[in-house]
Amino acid sequence: MSQTVNFTVNGEARGVEVFPMARLLDVLREQLQLTGTKEGCGEGECGACTVIIDGQIVNSCLVPMAQVDGAQITTIEGVANGDDLHAVQQAFIEHGGAQCGICTPGMVLAAVDLLKRNPQPTENDIRNGLAGNLCRCTGYMKIFESVVRACQK
Amino acid sequence: MRAFIPNYQLTTPASLADALTLLKNEPGVWKPFAGGTDLMVLLEAGKLGHRNYINIWGLHELRGIEATDTHITLGALTTYTEVQANPILRREFPMLCQAASETGGLAIQNRGTLGGNIVNASPAADSPPALLVYDAEIELVSTRGSRWLPYQGFHTGYKEMHIEPDELLARIRMPRNTADITHYYRKVGTRKAQAISKVCFAAVGKTDDGQIADTRIAVGSVAPIVLRCVQTENTLRGQKLDDATIQTACDTLVREISPIDDIRSTAKYRLQVAKNLLVDFLATIRA
Repeated sequence: MSQTVNFTVNGEARGVEVFPMARLLDVLREQLQLTGTKEGCGEGECGACTVIIDGQIVNSCLVPMAQVDGAQITTIEGVANGDDLHAVQQAFIEHGGAQCGICTPGMVLAAVDLLKRNPQPTENDIRNGLAGNLCRCTGYMKIFESVVRACQK
Repeated sequence: MRAFIPNYQLTTPASLADALTLLKNEPGVWKPFAGGTDLMVLLEAGKLGHRNYINIWGLHELRGIEATDTHITLGALTTYTEVQANPILRREFPMLCQAASETGGLAIQNRGTLGGNIVNASPAADSPPALLVYDAEIELVSTRGSRWLPYQGFHTGYKEMHIEPDELLARIRMPRNTADITHYYRKVGTRKAQAISKVCFAAVGKTDDGQIADTRIAVGSVAPIVLRCVQTENTLRGQKLDDATIQTACDTLVREISPIDDIRSTAKYRLQVAKNLLVDFLATIRA
């Protein structure tokens, strides 16, 4: 049976009528039209569907809607402040951190989360912070470099 | 094929008592659903056979880490991220923290729970070898009450365990007896991050005047369950740590484990790696 789930997405209160086992990923993309969040593997391996729930990154393909009632969610659409890009987004643009773009929203959110927890990460911290995000274009060095540059801002 | 989502129930109880009542009233109908990092993978693959779940993620009664002078007790919903952040666990139970840091990436570690890792009962789970070596005990609760049992022996076969349909895993505790002991944990997988293990080896040991005063060893991914290697331990305890002892221990380990060929590795490779890790562990405690 479907139920109403209330939560906040990018600062905006939303209520959706959903089945409790529906994946957050599908609800974001199909019901809320927040298509910045991508589906890669659908099994928690690739990080393309990364969003932030209550201050922690999660794979939205693995989160059923019953578990987001009352949650604060940030998707890639909520990372910039209006037209002001986040330092991580700006660094990805300036240093070629995006190729095909499918992994980019997840990479950016993982990096935003890392810098929030740890504003001066070591190279190893950055590798660990991005370890759950795969890039099929294999543009890892540019992504890594973009995050390094974002820390220097 | 993807699952048909409307076929699945995921009900959210208001309290632990409500969850236990539901488990009691309809035995076998409901199963617990914690962080979802395993169950949602099966759902998407269309392989989640059971239909009705209780969403226990929000039950605060199953959260938190508490320490006394003698034990540390973790709520079943303790996440891998919370394990890594706890100062006592970092200091006294480093293998559990290492296992947590090597389970999936950060997004999985934020959601995956220690209790889920135990009850999901994968023979390739990363934290159970450490829990076995640390002599963990687990608490099962139901409307009938609570019982503590040793974690060793809880799993009886592939995905089989000593838990009744009305019981829920509530807490995990470990004795704080790890001072002056060497901790050795190695997960061998295809890549450093995110991989599921081919072999996982956890052990503690200490030597006294060249003799093995104490040792406990557990391995993952080499048997239908994560295995405490009691026979191998018995060949080592009290013995002089020389080449003959190491050889006997390796021969015993090979008989004690039963690795298979699967998508991640081969029986032959796993056997060799398990032996190599045992030798490396013994070299570490000899040093």
